[in-house]
Amino acid sequence: MANYCSSSSMVDLWLTTAAAARQHVCFHLIPRLSGVVPESCLLIVVGLLVGGLIKVIGEEPPVLDSQLFFLCLLPPIILDAGYFLPIRPFTENVGTILVFAVIGTLWNAFFVGGLLYALCQIESVGLTSVDLLACLLFGSIVSAVDPVAVLAVFEKIHINELVHILVFGESLLNDAVTVVLYNLFEEFSKVGTVTVLDVFLGVVCFFVVSLGGVLVGAIYGILAAFTSRFTSHTRVIEPLFVFLYSYMAYLSSEMFHLSGIMALIACGVVMRPYVEANISHKSYTTIKYFLKMWSSVSETLIFIFLGVSTVAGPHAWNWTFVIVTVILCLVSRVLGVIGLTFIINKFRIVRLTKKDQFIVAYGGLRGAIAFSLGYLLSSNHQKRNLFLTAIITVIFFTVFVQGMTIRPLVELLAVKRKKESKPSINQEIHTEFLDHLLTGVEGVRGHYGHYHWKEKVNRFNKIYVKRWLIAGENFMEPELIAFYRKMELKQAIMLVESGQLPSALPSTVSMQNIQARATPRLSKKREEEIRRILRSNLQNNKQRMCSFSYSRHTLFDADEEDNVSQVHLRKMERRVSMMKGRMSHYLTVPADRESPRPGVRRVRFESNNQVFSADSVPTAHFEQPSTPRTPDAVSLEEEVPKRRNLKADGGGPRGTVSDSNQGELNYQRLARCLSDPGPNKVENYPFMS
Amino acid sequence: MGASQSAGTEHEFQDLADRTGFSLEQIGNINKRFRQLTNNEETLSREDLASIPALDNNPIRAQIINAFFDKRNLHQNETGTVQEIGFEEFLLVMTHFRPAAMGLTEEERENLRREKLRFLFNMHDTDSDGTITLEEYRWVVEELLSKAGIIGQETAKAIADAAMLEVAGTTRGKMEPDEFYEGITFENFLQILKTFDIETRMHVRFLNMDTATLRCGKSK
Repeated sequence: MANYCSSSSMVDLWLTTAAAARQHVCFHLIPRLSGVVPESCLLIVVGLLVGGLIKVIGEEPPVLDSQLFFLCLLPPIILDAGYFLPIRPFTENVGTILVFAVIGTLWNAFFVGGLLYALCQIESVGLTSVDLLACLLFGSIVSAVDPVAVLAVFEKIHINELVHILVFGESLLNDAVTVVLYNLFEEFSKVGTVTVLDVFLGVVCFFVVSLGGVLVGAIYGILAAFTSRFTSHTRVIEPLFVFLYSYMAYLSSEMFHLSGIMALIACGVVMRPYVEANISHKSYTTIKYFLKMWSSVSETLIFIFLGVSTVAGPHAWNWTFVIVTVILCLVSRVLGVIGLTFIINKFRIVRLTKKDQFIVAYGGLRGAIAFSLGYLLSSNHQKRNLFLTAIITVIFFTVFVQGMTIRPLVELLAVKRKKESKPSINQEIHTEFLDHLLTGVEGVRGHYGHYHWKEKVNRFNKIYVKRWLIAGENFMEPELIAFYRKMELKQAIMLVESGQLPSALPSTVSMQNIQARATPRLSKKREEEIRRILRSNLQNNKQRMCSFSYSRHTLFDADEEDNVSQVHLRKMERRVSMMKGRMSHYLTVPADRESPRPGVRRVRFESNNQVFSADSVPTAHFEQPSTPRTPDAVSLEEEVPKRRNLKADGGGPRGTVSDSNQGELNYQRLARCLSDPGPNKVENYPFMS
Repeated sequence: MGASQSAGTEHEFQDLADRTGFSLEQIGNINKRFRQLTNNEETLSREDLASIPALDNNPIRAQIINAFFDKRNLHQNETGTVQEIGFEEFLLVMTHFRPAAMGLTEEERENLRREKLRFLFNMHDTDSDGTITLEEYRWVVEELLSKAGIIGQETAKAIADAAMLEVAGTTRGKMEPDEFYEGITFENFLQILKTFDIETRMHVRFLNMDTATLRCGKSK
């Protein structure tokens, strides 16, 4: 019992140290520094310090155990990356990414390995005992771009989407190559001789490993999607299925010596659209936050352990070897990228510019995977310590030097940055419009191109796959509608949860401005009065709530959301002031509800002569104590979707009656939403016209 | 330019190549396709385009076909539609889908954006009055969702309204309650699609080599 306690308390201690380190070092103690130096560097330094501390005490500092790394630390990061992989840029550039991942890594491995062997032949270096296969093995370990390091560094620099997906995609997909090369060379170096047949088998092995990994991942992804179809009664464990199936995919493929990373990516990618259509909003949030949390902790631990292992590990320092390795890695990367881009640009429509190439080359960071692979080498392998030292040096060099300088270089070279844009319904409409347009033009043109096949896949997906994997009626829902709904829901939630009101924002437009209507208006004075009252009340309530934001991987851009919610607020106020006579009815609703389907953009028009009594407004409103709920009440008016009053015929009494019905419908819907009923059912739309 | 004459001479193609920027091989291929679509006649009509099987499942089929016959896309300063087009007009419409060349100056890139966005705008602005009104935009969204059944129709309006509101909000900012927003002008359209990267997205591959066209032509 004591043993269990002590080992789990050790784990706990490490985790706490990691979390504390990340929190304090990176954000509090050295805030300015963390702007310049990427977190990964700081964490490695912390690891060095901790390792040094342990050594001073006299204990043996723990080394990053490869099993721990591959089984526990790596999967969350990869799953996080795969699940949130931006599909559109990935599939548009998948050819380029594959070329970089496969051919680029092969080139790196052979270049570095070969030249190092040539170096070792020189007498003065003193390494003549290192044979070709050992050098090639070393080359294959040190040549792969590492996703953890790339993620950590690229997170902050907000490079444009194309370059980001190229480097990142390459770091994910080169795992298959690395696995095959590593195993091959290790086998060969035991056997001692290589024949042509072996090389051929190696190539076959590569295809098996990569495609097999993808297949395993896809199967588990489909299983997960299928399971999520039936979880409508057990919402609480939905996230668990996602994690379990993904981890199973990883373990299964690792068991068969297939590429675990590719399995994880495939699982996440395949699973995501169907799972998200099936699970409830809360489960989705849970999955998102858990993934971010786990991957964050893993990343921290990895870098700290890297630092500790550096202090601990047995080192065999050979100046020439190490320095030549570092130089060769750089040179081979640059040459590889330039050469491959030259070939790729002949086939690409959007060519890669010199700046893009530079960032792709410079962003080829090595990381903990290389270290763990080196550590996995059997201990009686000659020169293992030498290799480890060299690997660590390369990792340090890339992470520290390249990681720190990439941001100023990006700014210096004025590389295109990521365009921060809010999700815009116009862009979404036009994305889809453009897809169909280009498919059509390809049809006219007569050439079966990219869009044609994409269209075919989409149709296949819609007709056959979605039917099986998505619960209820949702599978019929087109993407545009899903996007619209998500956006509305998000805005409604933000409206409820956001914090302080910032100062004056450009107010906006209501439907009224778009529709030409001749409506008798409230007297301006009355409007102003109402608006003022509402605003002050809203303000009181907002101040009671807190806004929260997460920094890791841009979970929640608080400022942006606040602005949008502000805009929303103004819109609401404007529309509220236009309503006559129904306000009291809505405002008395006690609400801790969110609207599932806010028809926010709708404005109801009483085209004529309802007398508005300003008294009804304040009473209802102020009777609600300033609880966080009251803004919901205000928002409810807005969220009540309006009916055909948008048309130019008179609204009149008929309109008012139907609106109260809508109100009831809406409240019921809200109640259902709060009890977490899952994705909003399509058939709840009857009121929408 | 005699598009109604029998095209196919090198000289004519060269002239077209200079004007449109396509290469000679590409023009040759497009010409082959044109001949295939028109059954070796001189002019292309709507029925010819309508019979392409690849367009059958396309929700915005009608608009795409219209775009080919829209005078505004044919670099003419008139509005309205024509009934038939010749090879040159066909080629002119296709130039809107050429990919952006490398090494364009900022101004050239901006012009390219405007041209492509103008094409899109013309597709939406069906009455050629220079603005996309709410009804026209609704029609766009309804067509996009037309394959989605009854669900699509109901929310199409909501989406179109939301989109209009967004445009108005972005471009006009604060509006008094009695102001009226007529519709999306071309300048507004440019503004809302500013981050859309249209010059890199709106293109179709035009091969230089001869594609022995598969059965993607007419079904007859």
